[in-house]
Amino acid sequence: MSLTADDVKKIAHLARLGIEQHDVAAYAADLSGMLDLMVQMNDVDTDGIEPMAHPMDQVQRLRSDVVTEQDKREKFQAIAPQVEAGLYLVPKVIE
Amino acid sequence: MYNKTIAELAQGLRSGEFSSVELTAAFLDRIKQHSGLNAYISVTEDLALQQAKAADARLANGDAELLTGIPIAQKDIFCTEGVKTTCGSLMLDNFIAPYNATVVEKFNHAGAVMLGKLNMDEFAMGSSNETSYYGAVKNPWNINTVPGGSSGGTAAAVAARLAVCATGTDTGGSIRQPAALCGITGLKPTYGRVSRYGMIAYASSLDQGGPMTRSAEDAAIMLQTMAGFDDKDSTSVDTQVPDYSAGLNNRLDGLKIGLPKEFFGEGLNSEVAATLETAIDEYRKLGAMVTEISMPTLKLAIPAYYVIAPAECSANLSRFDGVRFGYRCENPADLSDLYTRSRGEGFGKEVKRRILMGTYALSAGYYDAYYIKAQKIRRLISEDFKKALSEVDVIMGPVTPSTAFGIGEKIGNPIEMYLSDIYTIAINLAGVPAMSIPAGFAQGLPVGLQIIGNYFAEDRLLNIAHQYQQVTDWHQQAPTGF
Repeated sequence: MSLTADDVKKIAHLARLGIEQHDVAAYAADLSGMLDLMVQMNDVDTDGIEPMAHPMDQVQRLRSDVVTEQDKREKFQAIAPQVEAGLYLVPKVIE
Repeated sequence: MYNKTIAELAQGLRSGEFSSVELTAAFLDRIKQHSGLNAYISVTEDLALQQAKAADARLANGDAELLTGIPIAQKDIFCTEGVKTTCGSLMLDNFIAPYNATVVEKFNHAGAVMLGKLNMDEFAMGSSNETSYYGAVKNPWNINTVPGGSSGGTAAAVAARLAVCATGTDTGGSIRQPAALCGITGLKPTYGRVSRYGMIAYASSLDQGGPMTRSAEDAAIMLQTMAGFDDKDSTSVDTQVPDYSAGLNNRLDGLKIGLPKEFFGEGLNSEVAATLETAIDEYRKLGAMVTEISMPTLKLAIPAYYVIAPAECSANLSRFDGVRFGYRCENPADLSDLYTRSRGEGFGKEVKRRILMGTYALSAGYYDAYYIKAQKIRRLISEDFKKALSEVDVIMGPVTPSTAFGIGEKIGNPIEMYLSDIYTIAINLAGVPAMSIPAGFAQGLPVGLQIIGNYFAEDRLLNIAHQYQQVTDWHQQAPTGF
């Protein structure tokens, strides 16, 4: 299975990941190489096998709905690229 | 002083032979002297001396623990409050962690001294430490070769005696492979044994932190501090932590070792294979029984891993968006440009490759064919391990197909680099614990022996490793000049 330059651009868009035009062909070749490795999975009969997400098949723990964390807003905002009046700033979204 | 074990150093601190401040200063000097290895991203000199002073006070008060005053280092994937935590990436070059990882908290509580943060492949994605934004790390055994990855800075630092011991993380072999290539001892615990809280995520169902040390005896001490249930990690397993040092001296008579024939076939360097055979003979002399076993699904580990790990990586790394922390591009035109350029400029090539692969594997129309298929195969692999480990006590085999390869040799060919993880990644998929211990040399470079055990059998692995280290001295050898 091989991916085209257009496929790579589409995937990069889905991931909101900027890639340089001159790197597109190399990514297409690398990803195609990875997909070639994966072909051997198709030879294995996995009908009726339950997909495995946690090695011990542990389910997500629940906890009681109580506050356990302290407010660290100032600490978190101190490392943000741009903040104002306690808000994270991004370029204008709505004209 | 640099060659002493944790227990010997703890003794020296208590007898007054040296103070923690003196010990710490000596290691800080060594780090400066050998900065050419590029093992450290940040050296936290002031903090280290401050912690050493506090440790000396604890020692004087008599409320010290075994690790109190011992200079260690953290892989730069563990968040350290108030200290830059980069994960080897430009994306986090300006990131001062606002909290401590649970592992870091535990070492602080024990009174260990942190010398600094260690170099690593970017976001732990790599097998050679060459994907780090901060440059390649050199293997102290031969500075033209790689130390392995992703915990390459840790392996180089421990081998070169630039820290007594240090932390690593292992998603597909990132503790064991660099441990093997640098001739040190590395343990990847059972998935869920060590908290992942504050350990920057790559592939959450596979990531596991563990100790990297010069000996199994030291690894037992380090793991004792690291292991345990953590409410802050949703996949942490709530099971009792045994005394890892208690059984180190147990004899190995009757130990059943299985050697999967799939591990010793084509692709394994013949000198590495011969070195491993000698190591396994040593276990026979210690009373072990060795049998050949077969694990037919091992060959499926690479394809399954390179679907699952990138899929989880693409989801985990979506948090790096240039809004709340980390790198932000200059003058974004709009929000979409902000996301796309911040991520495009902040991530390196290998990280981008895996985000693209994972995004593709999870996209509509491909999810079942790739992601679900890989997770089904993951179960088959784990069943193979369960079956094998019901017949034998431990599985042994190589860690790497060859000794350390040259810097620049494989970085241009990602698929070839992925294939160098062939003996380690199945273990992460199954979630069982495994160690790499120094087992000799081939072409003048260290060879690692892999020991794989059942879920939560870390104490047994440490015992088996320690017994070998009682009758061999590979683990005590230091690279020339260090």
